[in-house]
Amino acid sequence: MKASMKWVLLVLAGILALSMVAVGCGRELSGTITEAGSTTVQPLAELLADEYMAKHSGVQVTIGGGGTSVGITSVNNGTVDIGAASRELKSDEPQLVKHLLAKDGIAIVVKPGNPVSGLTKTQVRDIFGGVIKNWKDVGGSDHAINVVVRESGSGTRTAFEEMVMAKPEPAVAIASTALEQNSNGGVKQVVGGDSYAIGFISFGYIDSTVKALSIDGIEATAENAKSDTYPIVRPLYFLTKEAPTGLVKEFIDFCLSDEGQAIVADEGYVSIS
Amino acid sequence: MRKRYLIDRGSRGLLLICATASVAVLLAIAVFILQRSLPAFGEIGLLDFLLGTKWDPNPVGDTPPSFGILVMIVGTVLVTLGALVIAIPLGLGCAVLLADMAPHHFRQILRPAVELLTGIPSVVYGLVGLVLIVPLVRQIGGPGLSLAAGIIVLAAMILPTVISISEDSIRAVPRIYREGALALGATSWQTMWRVVLPAARSGIAASIVLGMGRAVGEAMAMVLVIGMAKAMPNSLLDPARPMAPGIALETGYAGGIHLSALFAIGVVLFLFIVIINSIAIVVFKRGARA
Repeated sequence: MKASMKWVLLVLAGILALSMVAVGCGRELSGTITEAGSTTVQPLAELLADEYMAKHSGVQVTIGGGGTSVGITSVNNGTVDIGAASRELKSDEPQLVKHLLAKDGIAIVVKPGNPVSGLTKTQVRDIFGGVIKNWKDVGGSDHAINVVVRESGSGTRTAFEEMVMAKPEPAVAIASTALEQNSNGGVKQVVGGDSYAIGFISFGYIDSTVKALSIDGIEATAENAKSDTYPIVRPLYFLTKEAPTGLVKEFIDFCLSDEGQAIVADEGYVSIS
Repeated sequence: MRKRYLIDRGSRGLLLICATASVAVLLAIAVFILQRSLPAFGEIGLLDFLLGTKWDPNPVGDTPPSFGILVMIVGTVLVTLGALVIAIPLGLGCAVLLADMAPHHFRQILRPAVELLTGIPSVVYGLVGLVLIVPLVRQIGGPGLSLAAGIIVLAAMILPTVISISEDSIRAVPRIYREGALALGATSWQTMWRVVLPAARSGIAASIVLGMGRAVGEAMAMVLVIGMAKAMPNSLLDPARPMAPGIALETGYAGGIHLSALFAIGVVLFLFIVIINSIAIVVFKRGARA
């Protein structure tokens, strides 16, 4: 009787000790985080979330799209924990807490095989503004230029307008004859299929189907964007309503850590570290 | 006796609820889009909205935004008419063939194929148009994404509607009509053209109107192939921007007055559909009376 009691106690104590060890060393996080916003940030955020969830199996991170404006609205009214923005917040928008996640260059792209391989920023502005209409005026073949842009309200378009069309003052509007697509992928698809098209996409979307032009003689590479020599670079932000706490803070810290920033660089975006 | 009476009354009540529910949904939609569009109408003004040729909801710099949808109205009208010009002769021809002339086994294959076409999601039509039609149009001239590409894709989309409803109505023409015409010595072409088609005209008109409704409201396929430029098209090779895809393109990012203006486009689109359907009802009534 007494001996068996001893055994039971021993086993119980063992279980207790083991479970304490497990709790102590794992400090396992659990819960859910929701994110929505910029479609430029989306593929990057998905990778960061996958990596984070692989490390912390109890955490569920949901990444959504919708665009920068949706991200701002959603985080402001509490629908999501984190919003994503691919431009600076405007003065009439809610002022949220910004966490600089990465920088992103906007590449001016043409179909591979187009003889033009570089433009000046002024030429880019004239082409998208409808002043230069023929490739022969910028050293290409004698054919009309088919301009492809993003739709009104897109973060990529707004950033492009602010950095190219509005500088120097006065701002020039994008030509109304420009074709419109509602995603980076759509612009890439159209430019990749048309020898006379030109468009702008985020660095993260560049692949072999399009050729990125050098601007003012500077190649469109992540290094040049990081050193601020490439002229069309914008910030990518995670937004929170207040200073983040708990799980949300853990996730954002992970994204900003060396490990998270390595993923940023791998994907063709510009890391901030 | 009493039980049967109750079942009768009960089922009548249930059906009434179903019928009212669909009307209520329609009413709710109408009220909702109208209410959401009011700020835009108030701020922009009806005439500036309908007749303005500049649509720029988020202009760069200090320029105030402009919300004119004339280009979109013209785009919708052009692409719809263009699609009808292609789809009506093709569809009627196919319907006549299926209803009267095709050998039995041929019909056995063609008819289900046409019905299957009706069920293909519009985005699939758009994708096929993007990889097939757009490069072809680009070889003729322009950027490829164009009114012409939109018209061709849209014609293909409304063709099955035109074919299947026209065929049904041609088939519904009583046998005596044909037999009488043939007995009087008319050729089979004369019988079809002078007797059967006129007798089936209200059904044929219905098929055209239904096709038109689909064409006016098509958004996804159009976003992919029509180019969505904000300038007025000067030729079939220029891009256009009809209303429905104009709403679909920008809703993702729109807020405030911009979103309200998109709802206002929805109101105009709604009126288009109401007008088209009213014409259809008048046509049917006249057809039924004749």
